[in-house]
Amino acid sequence: MKKILCAILAVVMVLSFAACGSKDTSSKGEAAKVLTIDEVEKTVAAKMEKVEKDDFKIGLICLHDENSTYDNNFIQALKEVQAELGLKDEQVLIKTNINEDDACYNAAAELVDKGCNIVFADSFGHESYMIQAAKEFKDVQFCHATGTRAQTELVSNYHNAFAAIYEGRYLAGVAAGMKLNEMIEKGEITADKAVIGYVGAFDYAEVVSGMTSFFLGARAICPSATMKVTYTSSWFDIAKEKESALNLINSGCVLISQHADSEGAPKACEEKGVPNVAYNISTIPMGPNTALISSKIDWSVYFKMIINTALEGGTIPTDYCGTMKEGAVKLTELNEKAAAEGTQAKIDEMKAKLESGEVKVFDTKTFTVDGKELTTYTADIVDAGDFVPDSEAIADGQFAESSKRSAPYFAIKYIDGISDL
Amino acid sequence: MQTNEKHIKEPLFHITKRTDISTLKAWIIRLIAILAALIVSGLVIVVITSYNPIEVYAKMIEGSFGSDRKFFILLQNTAMLLCVSLAVTPAFKMKFWNLGAEGQVLVGGLASAACMFYAKDSLPSWLLIIIMLITSVLSGIIWGVLPAVFKAIWRTNESLFTLMMNYVAIQLVAFFIMVWVPNGSSVMGVINQRSEAGWLPELFGQKYAINIIVVAVLTVIMFVYLHFSKQGYEISVVGESENTARYVGINVKKVIIRTMVISGAICGIAGFLLVSGTNHTVSKELAGGMGFTAIMVSWLAKFEPVMMIFTSMFIIFLQRGAGEIAMTLRLNESVSDIITGIIIFFIIGSEFFINYKINKRASHKEAK
Repeated sequence: MKKILCAILAVVMVLSFAACGSKDTSSKGEAAKVLTIDEVEKTVAAKMEKVEKDDFKIGLICLHDENSTYDNNFIQALKEVQAELGLKDEQVLIKTNINEDDACYNAAAELVDKGCNIVFADSFGHESYMIQAAKEFKDVQFCHATGTRAQTELVSNYHNAFAAIYEGRYLAGVAAGMKLNEMIEKGEITADKAVIGYVGAFDYAEVVSGMTSFFLGARAICPSATMKVTYTSSWFDIAKEKESALNLINSGCVLISQHADSEGAPKACEEKGVPNVAYNISTIPMGPNTALISSKIDWSVYFKMIINTALEGGTIPTDYCGTMKEGAVKLTELNEKAAAEGTQAKIDEMKAKLESGEVKVFDTKTFTVDGKELTTYTADIVDAGDFVPDSEAIADGQFAESSKRSAPYFAIKYIDGISDL
Repeated sequence: MQTNEKHIKEPLFHITKRTDISTLKAWIIRLIAILAALIVSGLVIVVITSYNPIEVYAKMIEGSFGSDRKFFILLQNTAMLLCVSLAVTPAFKMKFWNLGAEGQVLVGGLASAACMFYAKDSLPSWLLIIIMLITSVLSGIIWGVLPAVFKAIWRTNESLFTLMMNYVAIQLVAFFIMVWVPNGSSVMGVINQRSEAGWLPELFGQKYAINIIVVAVLTVIMFVYLHFSKQGYEISVVGESENTARYVGINVKKVIIRTMVISGAICGIAGFLLVSGTNHTVSKELAGGMGFTAIMVSWLAKFEPVMMIFTSMFIIFLQRGAGEIAMTLRLNESVSDIITGIIIFFIIGSEFFINYKINKRASHKEAK
């Protein structure tokens, strides 16, 4: 009996491998033409019927809870809009600690059951499940931050949103550059020792884009700056983020910034007295002597827009990218105690230049890759699940970040000056 | 003993072991414990949140029974936790401390996901599902049997070994996601979202129906296996005393290995159900701590498969309730974790009063 069973198992295994093998070659043989973002069929957003204010409900799905700076940024923004528009607590439902799996679909479906007109999810991995829910509940609008598929998924009630955070990161980098210059002037470090440390979550485009724009901002002020990067392989891990920051400090980094969602790195910096530039929320309470400034996406701008669309009737953009001009990208309060003198003035100056177009964050004249200027780069903008680069991203002398899709696609790891720890 | 005690100064209280407590009395003690837990956590709620505890409890119940959807989610989550609990039970009954269910579920799920990822829609779905089931079960068995073989032959410590196998499994999942999803996001996303190849079909319009039925059948099989089969009896004997087992001619090594094969296989099934039936993806969080919660489920139920239906449902009920009060009352989930902690503490504590009797000095004398 056992032998027969083993024999059957073996046969099935062999068959399955044979099947996989044959499929692989056939799909490679087809070699379908890769369409650019301008060529693919785009989703047309559905029009939303007007909802009476008292009947309106919005649901927010968060990967973690208030303890994560990232999720807290969404939660606070939505509560702010709730207060401003005078919505009741029953109309603004917030589900926290929702994993990036079937739990997300269930959370979305339960919010629909509760009568939500709009459901918003905040984490990249929620996307598949939001699309699944959007296909099922046609009368409800599903909005998703950091997602990549709304433009091409052809689901009319599914939307993506993000913001041109690279502009904010760039300005935060300016604050870092000013601090580095101050250290050099005071003789604390020599110019060649102006090494920034960066704690990233994953080497994913959103992180790579953020750290590169931050670095370019710093180097625009302090030309000798270089940067070392280390990854935690988690969006939220207090211990690991702290440890990574300490590793960077111990290996000679004199200023730390991070793209991971806990207070681990800012606290490590406060302990060691190393300046820190943060993301999402002001970290001055955690690092009164070392926190310089934070860049953040102000989600209240988007929340207000989609809620007003529901209350007045209209269409939510399929793929929305907030800008600094409309207030979707912001810097938090500058910590005068820790920052270099004249930082605020410098930030204001650079901000004006960014807005006028005089300065571009990803100006190809300001950085090199492997020693060469970047003249062409094909980015993976159409997310067909193939991870094949499809569209040209260099235009008008700059890497046109977030212009073809809100979710960042600057995935060049690394430009010259940035290296792994 | 009796004569000695007369000369020694007696303490105010002393504890004796109960041997003959009736089932009814045991359940009354448990009920009192739950009531006491509700009162204590009610006080905690009032003190730290100033909400009416009755309202909070009502919301918790709503979290599991508020709608058909919520009820089926309760059943589905219960089924998955129960499945993992069924897996660890024979090993625990044998006093083999399998802390590796988490990893065994993960590799099972990873195997299923790999089949789905590589086969795509090249095979008929039923065939793909069978292959997924087989590979998941085999992977679970490998993860379970390795520590068992080392324990049986070289007497290695199984708790450490199984625990460390969890980390290997987690890293394997992270590694394969990196290979399959080269964009660095570490998010697998739904596999075969368009073709739905390798997805368990809906039954009676319910996508979780197959999961629930499979686990229900497993529960019955495990009950029969533990109570009415020779192998089940051998497990009990080895658990009571390995030397006795050896003396009566049981091959202890064989029993250890065989039991862990069963344990690993059921974990593999759990991984398969989680990927094929529930999530259609794999991530490091696939098992979500169930490998450890299952230990509590199993112990609370005294390794009784039928009782485990209730203990697993109770724990899921608390979890779902926690989520509900976090949303509707805007309390951080930590608040509900505190409540859950208090309730479980009382339930475990009640076992003390079931197993032991506290005697006061006065009553002791009267008894004499």
